[in-house]
Formats: sequence, structure tokens, C-alpha cells
Amino acid sequence: MNNNSSAGVRSLQLSSLYQLTRIRFLLVLREPEAVFWIFVFPILLAVGLGIAFRNRPADVLPVAATTPPLTQALAADKGLAASQMDEAAGRHSLATGKILLLAVQQPGGVEYVFDDTNPDARTARMIADRAVQAAAGQRDAVHAQNLPVHETGSRYIDFVVPGLLGMNLMGSAMWGLGFAIVEARQKKLLKRMVASPMPRWQYLASFLLSRLAMLVIEVVFFLGFAAIVFGVPFRGPLWQLAVICVLTSMVFSALGLLVASRAKTMEAVSGLMNLVMLPMWILSGVFFSASRFPSVIQPFVRALPLTAANDALRANMLQGVGIQHLMAPLGILIFWFVVPFAVSLRIFRWR
Amino acid sequence: MTEQHTANSDISAGAIPALLIRGLKKAFADVRAVDGLGFEVHRGECFGLLGPNGAGKTTTIEVCEGLNEQDEGTVELLGLNWREHSLELRQRIGIQLQETQFPDKLTVEETLRLFRSFYRHGISIDESIRTAQLEEKRKARVGGLSGGQKQRLAMATALVGDPELLFLDEPTTGLDPQARRHLWDLVEALKRAGRTIILTTHYMDEAERLCDRVAIMDHGRVIAQGSPQQLIATVGGEDIVEFAVSASLAKEAAPAAIDSGSLTAIPGVQSHRVSDALHQLSVTELHTAVPLIFAELKQQGLHLTEFRTHSATLEDVFVRLTGRNLRDE
Repeated sequence: MNNNSSAGVRSLQLSSLYQLTRIRFLLVLREPEAVFWIFVFPILLAVGLGIAFRNRPADVLPVAATTPPLTQALAADKGLAASQMDEAAGRHSLATGKILLLAVQQPGGVEYVFDDTNPDARTARMIADRAVQAAAGQRDAVHAQNLPVHETGSRYIDFVVPGLLGMNLMGSAMWGLGFAIVEARQKKLLKRMVASPMPRWQYLASFLLSRLAMLVIEVVFFLGFAAIVFGVPFRGPLWQLAVICVLTSMVFSALGLLVASRAKTMEAVSGLMNLVMLPMWILSGVFFSASRFPSVIQPFVRALPLTAANDALRANMLQGVGIQHLMAPLGILIFWFVVPFAVSLRIFRWR
Repeated sequence: MTEQHTANSDISAGAIPALLIRGLKKAFADVRAVDGLGFEVHRGECFGLLGPNGAGKTTTIEVCEGLNEQDEGTVELLGLNWREHSLELRQRIGIQLQETQFPDKLTVEETLRLFRSFYRHGISIDESIRTAQLEEKRKARVGGLSGGQKQRLAMATALVGDPELLFLDEPTTGLDPQARRHLWDLVEALKRAGRTIILTTHYMDEAERLCDRVAIMDHGRVIAQGSPQQLIATVGGEDIVEFAVSASLAKEAAPAAIDSGSLTAIPGVQSHRVSDALHQLSVTELHTAVPLIFAELKQQGLHLTEFRTHSATLEDVFVRLTGRNLRDE
């Protein structure tokens, strides 16, 4: 028994795939910058965005009116903070953003001065009018009551966490593979490796395997943080979330491999990598929904791997959509894995 | 299958040369890097490929290592060729390349463990570390090693598979003199252990010290082949006399013409050549020839502005064959 397990350890020590993977893993962990970008940066970003876009209690909107009765009528609504000023001062306050709406008493009624492209001002207009009408004796035809809820899953942080996860999976896979391979090529290490009996496929496979090992730490760390600190929901099955993460990481590893397959210098590979990633940072719905782009470019936006990854991650986490209903994004991801991987195997420069 | 192969090659080991090259040609774009080259390396010998930078040494050795494919010609290692037996050959040879940089953040031991894992048979990590004399650096990161230590690590990665044939490409280029001597000791220890070694160098002293036989290369061809002693003997004398003369003692005096015939008539002087106003004589009996050379120059009314002698080296062989100095390149 004892003999068996020590022989097992020895053959593991000797296994070149294990050694290659282990060394890739060690090299990432020994690079402080890499550890920062992979583990710390996404959390900092999530915290920053979480603070900036936290859901505040409904704001009280500042408004003004030109006469005391009108001011009193506006102040009666809890949603408004009303002050009194003459029309000139009111217009000045409006222009400098101190108030959102100015109610001017005219002989024939009330005139509201506000910027109708500003949603807050439009809200102020509605509340102000309701207050003025109520003060004038209007009664609701139907009795209505408000019952506020603050549902997790609908907040901005819930939207952005899957997006950040997708972006992070893209960045760590592409930088991780791209830089390591080009550096090895530049330092003639690739040439030395192929001068040994190392099977070439194992060298490439070791990148994917070490990426998987890193992925477990990376994803658990980030999502764990998001769940504990922000209470981000996980409505879909976790194993399906894991499948989506693994697939996403493999897609961007393959793209990283493709980008690095011929580049000879760090500058060249950095440029290529930015060329590939920059459009996706903007278009693929990391920080805001990809559906905001004009419908002309929607087919292009939908075909990007990061869009597919973010859609699948959001559907799983926020809506609990089962994997069987995500065949479209998963199909796009599989395409983006198979094609770049096959092409890079074909054109890879070993020296 | 593999076992059988090894057994076969052992039986016929005596007959099959470690390396056989016939009519090798290799061009890059329109540059003929190697242009019809051939030699043989026997088992257990240390063979040197010698020549200036750009002579085609690295191209030749890379074709032998299976990193480049020849345009024409035969290359056989241990009786096998790259086209049919590349997996087998990779297991049986060890390679140290010029200017490989191993990852800085790995330790010596981790690097060797990685390379050891590629070979079916080989020596232990401990043994490779001992052979390369890196015991104290075992746990040190590669980034912290000196140039000589890095080169010994490169050598160790070539040795972990216990290779039958070891290729060393410019093993001491860029090292300081002490690190060079250290590496030479290492190669000599490997020679004593009976390994077949093929090395390239542009240092003639290195080749003289380490190699049993050398091939001198220039412009993609072998221009001379043999043991260092044999090649040096072709210079025609054991010693080289170098001098410069002028017609007057004035410091700025122009170099003077000299009667070459009367110099070579001196007993012991084998040949005379001039390059950049520096005269070179190859001489057999230095102790009797030098006074006669002095007397002859005096008689011609010439004054010595420089004079020195050294034992003939492979450098002089190269100069005699090409009319150029190695370091000029």
C-alpha cells in the first residue's frame, strides 16, 4: 500500500504534463503584479462600483415657486423641498442646477419651468403638479397605496458583478497565456523546450490546465466576496455556473493562444491583445447592457464571446435560467473556443 | 519495442558513428548558411566545430539537433535520422542551446525536475545538480544566478536525460575567464565519463583544450579537419614569430619593405606572410632561428618596432587557411 502510493507520487513527479502545469501555476503565483490583476483588481472595481451605484432612498427633489400659497402647496408633498423666490432668481437657480423646477403663478394658472430631458426634473414636474392639483381640491378617483420593496437582483451591483466576472475571465486568460508564451519565445525557452522530448501538445495543454486551477481560486474568491458583501444572488444551479466559467476561460485561453501564436515581441502581443479586448470591454455589456447599442450593430455585438459569456452568466445568476435554455450563448462560446484553438495549433511558431 | 531498439544500437555501437553528415546544404532566403558540408563524429569523442561568427556552425548544429531541416544531404545521429526517428532521437540526445533564458522565478531544482520529466530514462535530479556543481544553488531562483551558473544549469538540463550524444552550442560565449575555466572542467569531466560531445565555439583555445578532433568552418564549409595537434602541425612550425620593421628609428617612420626570400632562407623558418605591416614567420627551431632573424634584419638595414613569439595555435591554422584573423569577424 505504502509502496504503491510512493510509486504513484514518483510517477506524478515524473509526469511531464503535471510538471509543466505545476510550473505554470508557480510562475503566476510568483508574479506579484499578476496576483494583483487577477485577484485584487476585480474586487476593488466591484467595491468602487458598488459604492458609486448603491441604491439610495428616494431623493427629495428641490423645487421653487414664485408665491407663498404655491410654495406651501408644493411643500405639502414629502417628495419635494420647496422654497420661494422671484422668477429671475428662480431661473438663475434652475440654470445652476440648485432646483429642478420653478412653478410660476400666472393669471390663468400655474406654469412649470423645467428641463424636460432630465428624468429627475420630469419626476419633479409630476409630483409638483399632483401637489398643486391636490391643494386646489382634486381628489384621487381611485384609492391607491404604495408598498415599497428593494429586491436583490435588480440593483446595479447585481448587474455588474457577472459582467466583471466575465471581463476578469477574459483578462486573466488572455494576459496569462499571451504574455507567458511570447516571453518564452523571446527568451528562446520555447526553442529549448521543443529541443527536448517534451510533447508539444502538453506544453499548450499545461496552460489550459493551470488556468483551470487558477480559475477555481479566482472565481470562488470574487463571487464569494460579491455574495457576502453585496448579497448578489445565485439563482441558477452552481454547477452550471461553473460550466459557464470554465467554458468562458477556455474561450479566452484559446484566443490568448491565437494572439500569441506568432508574435515575437511583448509590444506586438500587447497591441494585438488590446485590439481583441478593447471592443469587448465597451460592447459586451460589462458595465451597461449591450442592448443599448443600435440595432444595426447588434448582430456583431451578440457574436462577441464576451457578450455571450456575460449573457450566460447573468441569465444563470440573476434569472436562474437553466443551461438547456442557454444554447445560443453557449454555442457562440464553443465556436470561439474551437476555431481559435484549431487555428493557433496550425500557425503556432515554436521558435 | 524501445528496449529492443536500444539493444540493437548497443550491439552495433562500434560500427555506427555518433554523428554522420554528408553533403549538408542549408540556405536561408538567398544566404547559403551551409554549403556542402560533411564530417563524422565517433562514439566517446569530443568533437569541435570551429569558426568565426557567421561561418554556419549554429546552422549545422541546429540541423543535427533536429531544430532545422536540411535542404540537401544526409544527417544521421546514432544511425537514426530526424525524419523517421525524431521521438527516439529526442530521448537519446541532450542539447544546450545558445542564449536560452530559463524562467527567472523558478529554482534550479524546479527547472531540472521539469526537464527530467520529459525523459523516459535519465539521471536523478541530485546527480545532475552535482555534475553541474550547483549544490549550493539548488533552492536558488534562476534569476539570481551568475552567467556561469546559468550556463551550468543549461548544461544540467541537457544531461538529465543521460544522453548518448551531447550538443553544446557556444557553451562559454559571454562568460568571464574564471567561469569559462569552470565550464571547461565540467566538459572534461564529461569526457572522462565517456560521453560523446559535439560543441561549437569561436574560441580556438577552447577547442584546443577540450576537443579530440575539430572541424574548422568558414563560409558554410569545412576547410580543415583533424586533431588540434595535427592541424597545428600543418602551419609548418611549432612557433610563430611576429614583428614589424621600419627603415629608421624615428617613431613615426613608415613600415619598410623587406626581402622575403632571404628570410625564408633562414634555417628553421618555414613560411613568411605579411598582414597590415605585421610580418609573421612560422618557425621550427625558435632558439636558433631568432638570432638569425635579428642578424638578417640588421643586414637589410631595418629596425624592429615590434617583436613577439608564441606557440602555434589553431588561430594560426585559421589565418594560414583563410588569410583572416578569427576575431576580425
